[in-house]
Amino acid sequence: MVQLGSAADARAAAQSRVRWELLAELVRKDLKVKYKNSALGFVWSLANPLLYLAVFSLVFGFFLKNNVPWFAVMFMSGYLLWSFFNSATLDATGTVVGNANLVRKVRFPRVVLPLASVGFAGVHLLLQLLVFFLFLVLAYPDAFGAQLWLLVPALAVVVTFTMAMSLLASSLNVRYRDVQHLLEIALLAWFWLTPIVYPVTFVRDQLAGAGLLWMFKFYMANPLTAVVVAAQRAIYVHPVVTASNGEVVQVLPAGGYGFYLQWLGVAAAVSAVLLVVGLWTFRRLQADFAEEL
Amino acid sequence: MAAPTISAAGVGKRFLLHHKRATSLKERLLLHRQTSSEEFWALRDVDLEIGAGQTVGLIGPNGSGKSTLLKVLSGILAPTTGTVAVRGRIASLLELGAGFNGELTGRENVYLNAAILGLTRRETERYFDEIVAFAELEPFIDNQVKHYSSGQYVRLGFAVAVHVSPDILLVDEVLAVGDESFQRKCLDKIGEFQQRGCTILFVTHALDLIPRICSRGVVLDHGRVLHDGDPVEAAEQLRTLLGTGADQTGGAAVQRDRPRVAAVRLFDPASGADKGHFRGGEAMAVEFDVTAPPGSPPVAVRMAVTGPADVPMWVMDSDPLHPGPDGAATVRFTVKELPQIKGIYAFAVAVRDPSTNVTYDARRFSEAFLAVGDTGTGVLEVVWTTEQVERQVER
Repeated sequence: MVQLGSAADARAAAQSRVRWELLAELVRKDLKVKYKNSALGFVWSLANPLLYLAVFSLVFGFFLKNNVPWFAVMFMSGYLLWSFFNSATLDATGTVVGNANLVRKVRFPRVVLPLASVGFAGVHLLLQLLVFFLFLVLAYPDAFGAQLWLLVPALAVVVTFTMAMSLLASSLNVRYRDVQHLLEIALLAWFWLTPIVYPVTFVRDQLAGAGLLWMFKFYMANPLTAVVVAAQRAIYVHPVVTASNGEVVQVLPAGGYGFYLQWLGVAAAVSAVLLVVGLWTFRRLQADFAEEL
Repeated sequence: MAAPTISAAGVGKRFLLHHKRATSLKERLLLHRQTSSEEFWALRDVDLEIGAGQTVGLIGPNGSGKSTLLKVLSGILAPTTGTVAVRGRIASLLELGAGFNGELTGRENVYLNAAILGLTRRETERYFDEIVAFAELEPFIDNQVKHYSSGQYVRLGFAVAVHVSPDILLVDEVLAVGDESFQRKCLDKIGEFQQRGCTILFVTHALDLIPRICSRGVVLDHGRVLHDGDPVEAAEQLRTLLGTGADQTGGAAVQRDRPRVAAVRLFDPASGADKGHFRGGEAMAVEFDVTAPPGSPPVAVRMAVTGPADVPMWVMDSDPLHPGPDGAATVRFTVKELPQIKGIYAFAVAVRDPSTNVTYDARRFSEAFLAVGDTGTGVLEVVWTTEQVERQVER
């Protein structure tokens, strides 16, 4: 006899609650599918950041000389986190629509679909960071100091923000299929509005020069900016550096960590609110997923 | 009395058929307020309480809302009105292998699919060998699923679905797919679930199955519950609805004052448990109720077994029966040992007039049992008995 009662209720609940095991299984599936037939396997996930590094080093180290020493370290510190956000969100957007067959037929917590994309991108981020840190050990030992702890809140914020955006985009995309295309365009603009390939101080100085310093607040309010700048402070370390030609360049806001923590705090608050909105939107829209697909 | 496993109260499901609806943000901006839609109620005021361990057959014409009801009960669709409460883990055999990924191996897909259906990894590990054995895919389990035949694919999906040890099993026309042996396996598994006390909701167009498997029949028509109760009556009602009723030729009025086959039950004579399919060498009992209008002359009951291509194999006739004062009689045929001749056998039961040999009413059951003997021919030796079962007078 099947026992009913609390055990059965628990099993019923387990079919609609987010289960970590299921999430892990989906991430594992994505990784397996992606690397099944490739000899190089995981090495490919390093190709994209390296390609970007090569191109941007050429453009900003040579064509438009920006005079930032160790440009590669500054760029990578921000780019790896950006790339996590970018690929997770884009990937998540299509997950509900892409798994229409499953969504229409099987009862399971739909939230795991976009979250699995975040997990998948997260695994890549960890591996890329690992390789990056191996490089830093050999070439840039300055990175290993107390300031490295800034990376922890930066990672927490970027993960929260990415989850929020993934939930929003994936659920809205069911109803409005062009969300995916609009997002691609938006992310491209977003990338250039985030200080990844140029130092944030350049923006501040340009705005100050134009008498628009008050606008810098709005620039910093972008959660990705706060995250990227904090990561740069954590890994690139030095706010002010001397370039090879003797010029003194300010790459990051100087002073203590107040500036970074303050903006990370704003970003954390924005991300937390967005995550609640994202979960609420997803739960509201998911009742109609099976019909809309 | 335990709380019902499934309880639906006043459930309605409305679909909006959009004639012109924005499917993109761009259209939304250009088209706003021009949307027009038509309502369509796929379900209306459905009240359904299903207790633990019941097997309920859900039948109805195409488009009557059966699949929608299953989806609402399983939580895939949200009801527009009313509430649905479900206790226990649901496994639905709606779409076998939904969620399989062709690039992954059978093994990897088992873990993935089981996780989606609510199993932990440890549970999956425990059932893994059993799942693979059930699907008969041992040699292929490490091949990519995209190389599987459709039969292998469905078998693996079914094997996973039935091993999540559900409290509630929703079955939607799975018997329409797969080959004969697979269908038989499905039915055997369903029987196993029944014995385990699992609640089963069963959608089918094979009306013969309803009295054999289900303890209760629900007829849906245009989204409303038309009948909820006796499975035989349910099947009968649907036949009338579809215009394929047994009383087509004579008309309902004529039919009503003739003796009829009211219910048929197949079971294992040793245990008394209902059983849908039998194998060669097993014992089989068929019990059925006959109703006759008061004051009818005695009737005889015949059971005929036909083999492949409908060739009659043997016929058993009962002695003339005298229905009780309420016009009802129950007859039981018991076959001690089914023959071991290879084949799938159907059987039919009929109520006849013993003096004129006129058949009043008949019912045919295809694929009642399967014999797996290795001979194609042989001497048929069937030992059988008939008896009129003493009915306990109720009330």
